[in-house]
Amino acid sequence: MPKKYHIHTKKADPRFPPVGKYATVEFRENCAGSCRLCVKKRCIYNVHKDNFLQWSNMTEPEYLYICKSCYRCVQECTKGIFSMAINPEYLTLGDDYWTPGIISYNWAQAHTGMVPVSGAGYRGPFAGEGFDSIWADMSEIVRPTRDGIHGREYINTTVELSRRPMRLEFKQDMSLAGELPAILEIPLPVTFQEPKFGVLSESVLLAMAEAAHEIGTLLFMGPEKYSDAVSKYSQSIVPCLTKANFQHHAKIISQSQMVELVYEPGIEQEFAKLRKIKPGLFIAVGIPLDTKAAELTVMLAKSDIDTIHLYGSDNGWEINTDNPRYLKDMIREVHLKLVENKIRTKVNLVFGGGIAMAEHIPKSLICGADAVAIDLPLLIALECRLCYRCKNGKSCPAKLEAVEPKWGSQRIVNLIGSWHNQLLEVMGASGIREARRMRGEVGRSMWFDDLEKECFAPLFGTRKVTGIG
Amino acid sequence: MKNIKNNIKIKGKSGLPQTVSTPSRYRNPIGKYVVGRNSKCISCGLCAKLCPYGVHPRYENFSQPIRPLDYRCIGPKCEANEYFCVKNCPQHALSVKLNPIMETLGDYRWPAEMILAHWYMAETGNLPQVDLEYNLGFSGGGFDKIRFKSPDPKDYLNIPDEEIDTSILLNKRHDGRPERVLSLPCYGGGMSFGSMALPVLVGRARAAKRLNSLTCTGEGGYPKEFEPYSDNFITQVATGLFGVREETILFAPVVEFKYAQGAKPGLGGHLLGDKVTPEVAKIRETVEGSSLFSPFPFHSVYSVEDHKKHIDWIKEINPQALISVKVSTPTDADMVAVGAYYAGAHIIHFDGSYGGTGAAPDIAKKNIAMPIDYAIPKVHRFLINEGVRDELCFIASGGIRNAMDVAKAIAMGANGAVIGTADMIAMECVRCTHCSSGRGCARSIATTDKELGYEISEEWAEQRLVNMYMAWRKQWCELLRQYGMRSIKELVGRSDLLVHLDYLDEVERQKYQPAPKKKLIL
Repeated sequence: MPKKYHIHTKKADPRFPPVGKYATVEFRENCAGSCRLCVKKRCIYNVHKDNFLQWSNMTEPEYLYICKSCYRCVQECTKGIFSMAINPEYLTLGDDYWTPGIISYNWAQAHTGMVPVSGAGYRGPFAGEGFDSIWADMSEIVRPTRDGIHGREYINTTVELSRRPMRLEFKQDMSLAGELPAILEIPLPVTFQEPKFGVLSESVLLAMAEAAHEIGTLLFMGPEKYSDAVSKYSQSIVPCLTKANFQHHAKIISQSQMVELVYEPGIEQEFAKLRKIKPGLFIAVGIPLDTKAAELTVMLAKSDIDTIHLYGSDNGWEINTDNPRYLKDMIREVHLKLVENKIRTKVNLVFGGGIAMAEHIPKSLICGADAVAIDLPLLIALECRLCYRCKNGKSCPAKLEAVEPKWGSQRIVNLIGSWHNQLLEVMGASGIREARRMRGEVGRSMWFDDLEKECFAPLFGTRKVTGIG
Repeated sequence: MKNIKNNIKIKGKSGLPQTVSTPSRYRNPIGKYVVGRNSKCISCGLCAKLCPYGVHPRYENFSQPIRPLDYRCIGPKCEANEYFCVKNCPQHALSVKLNPIMETLGDYRWPAEMILAHWYMAETGNLPQVDLEYNLGFSGGGFDKIRFKSPDPKDYLNIPDEEIDTSILLNKRHDGRPERVLSLPCYGGGMSFGSMALPVLVGRARAAKRLNSLTCTGEGGYPKEFEPYSDNFITQVATGLFGVREETILFAPVVEFKYAQGAKPGLGGHLLGDKVTPEVAKIRETVEGSSLFSPFPFHSVYSVEDHKKHIDWIKEINPQALISVKVSTPTDADMVAVGAYYAGAHIIHFDGSYGGTGAAPDIAKKNIAMPIDYAIPKVHRFLINEGVRDELCFIASGGIRNAMDVAKAIAMGANGAVIGTADMIAMECVRCTHCSSGRGCARSIATTDKELGYEISEEWAEQRLVNMYMAWRKQWCELLRQYGMRSIKELVGRSDLLVHLDYLDEVERQKYQPAPKKKLIL
């Protein structure tokens, strides 16, 4: 059995008070004064004590970052002077896709490295667009894994990014004819990709590279961002080059395990040139996740490459179209097209854009990805609020430019450590102990449309509403 | 509290437990509306005289104005009434407006109004007078999109609630074991000593006794405080086998094998270390402060045959016990149900993915296994096709929030439901979700803290639950009357009485209450 892979997390406190969801409103003019039953003294979370300290320092006095919304202060105050509101600053975080909930959720994981556990049942909508219309199946009684989650049995999350031969050939004496291609493995189906925007200072990129190195994964990054400090982690970095510029980056290529070329017609002819610079180099090609992605993938899969990296929009949508489909549907299309062409096992598919939560990893795999590439969560781990001010050249409220790389790296390690443990939870529950077996395994999932047809259509007839409704 | 203790009457004239006013434990109950009284008030007492809902309390020997009990206020719709306080106040000192706190309370499955309505039911035993939506949430699917068809007025059965049968039979196998009948089509879900405050658990048991229903130990053992109510306690045998002993099997009228739980399907039970007090550790035979993760699944069960061995083992120990098998909702839920039948179970209990829990990874709550709304018709149909439906009691749970959800589950094919979260809501849970760690629940429900865990009295918990279920019963009785039914058993599998809004064309859809929609900040 291989050595157990484990991501070592370590608490990394936020530099700024995280923006909390709740704000208590206090009508102080009606306060009884020195009430011996004062709810502020009795709060079981000590929210008011901490807030009082902030208030006395005159730093952001109104919002309570650790309020758990138990409503005891509201309901027990002898004068009834408390009420509760949603913190308006919280509402400004992110956008419709990267909701305040997702951002603060990822902050908490980057802080503690722990799997979010809570009481009460699920609080969200019945189903939603995209990944929210899929439920992982679980195995009730007969199942192959036994407590993989708690380490009582090993669940392997390793995936490959190197190409595979379509068939093995043997000599007369049954020994292998020819050499097998080298294998490039990463210990979890998650890679990093340089975000398209954000404060991408050297320290931020260094934090990302260090974290990729620590975790054992790869960071897809433009060559112009290479610095001496970043270059120390070149084995964990995949430089994203073009047909026009790769000749100028021979040094970077020779330091790297894998190189990505941006797709353009005739790119296949460059692979040999790349391998001439570094023999045995693993090659990925980056293509846009658009209407032509499936066909292009088939074409590229027939060439001599290892991985195809498909770039969706930041919010997980198909790009370059007026009617975009969601990432889940795009993964299905590309994956099935390769299956149809009997070439799926040869190459690896990495999908980026819109991977926002741990649950998106197993669901992407189930849809047919080999791995995902995450971008914005790397910034969120560093306390980015996705306020998009940087897009307009304005200052960053979380001062990302001043991130200390060690701290930043630990925050990213914590986030991915938590996501990895959650991947184990889903794999364990589903009775799957190999991430590679999860690829395209729709049999271990249930989909909204199918369940509606199977369970509700016999009762209610034909569904008249398209989509989730 | 004393008041309640003295006032509890076990049964009314009808044989049903009596409802007794059981107000909030808190000084300031939350209401949908806020009634403001400004300094112009001269305390003339007119509002107190006028308001039939008791919004303006006034005591004979105290003439100062008292803060309004605004949770009883029916809101601006009162404007049409002659007794509308705002209009009648000679000083124009009163105002009524929507309580802004509603924006912060609740979630898609349990919106603020549903929570407030259940608090009202638990207090009074009646359905709310305030315009609160307590049957539908904002989830946008499943039960929230399903409606009962408009009944034919000719079918209306004009009989009192007392003559309507809401009972269910747990043993349909005719195997010589007790044919246990519960008076309501639902009973209490498993909650363990460790996850919950002891008085809450005992309060649930006392309510179960008065309601002729059941509650369940969960995977937390059997404290001695449970023993007086043993005839109403299901003993749960879960994968960690915490607290499972021969005597607790012998006590139990029903023994429940918990294979999986809807909130964390495919995972074992979680009890985080903060809640493992010396008392909890002693009963579970574990170490104080050490987190407890039950294994998954039963390591002795790989097949239906192994499953049968488990059931035979319990049946051998307790020849009077009924056997319930609690499972979650995988894609082959229907096959699991048939397996449970052939293994000898009396009750098959499916717990859907949106069920409650004391602690579960959030990723599991949302993403694993199917919602119970799908599993019910799937399992019901399959059991019919296999010819065994009439011999199994099919219980559904996991996201069944209110009386109408129970009725819909029954019409889709279940015999009854198991309720957990609504019990907590009746005890003033706000679904803040912080039950899992630290001192546990700030509302004194899901905690083992030596201070917080004893803030609720058993009597208060008992009466709040009795009140809520009696209010639910009123809803079921009215529904059955409308369809000309005398018994809730007649409703089982009557999916022909249901419609789903997404399966109706635009014109038909207009005839039904639309699904409430609101974007919430979670």
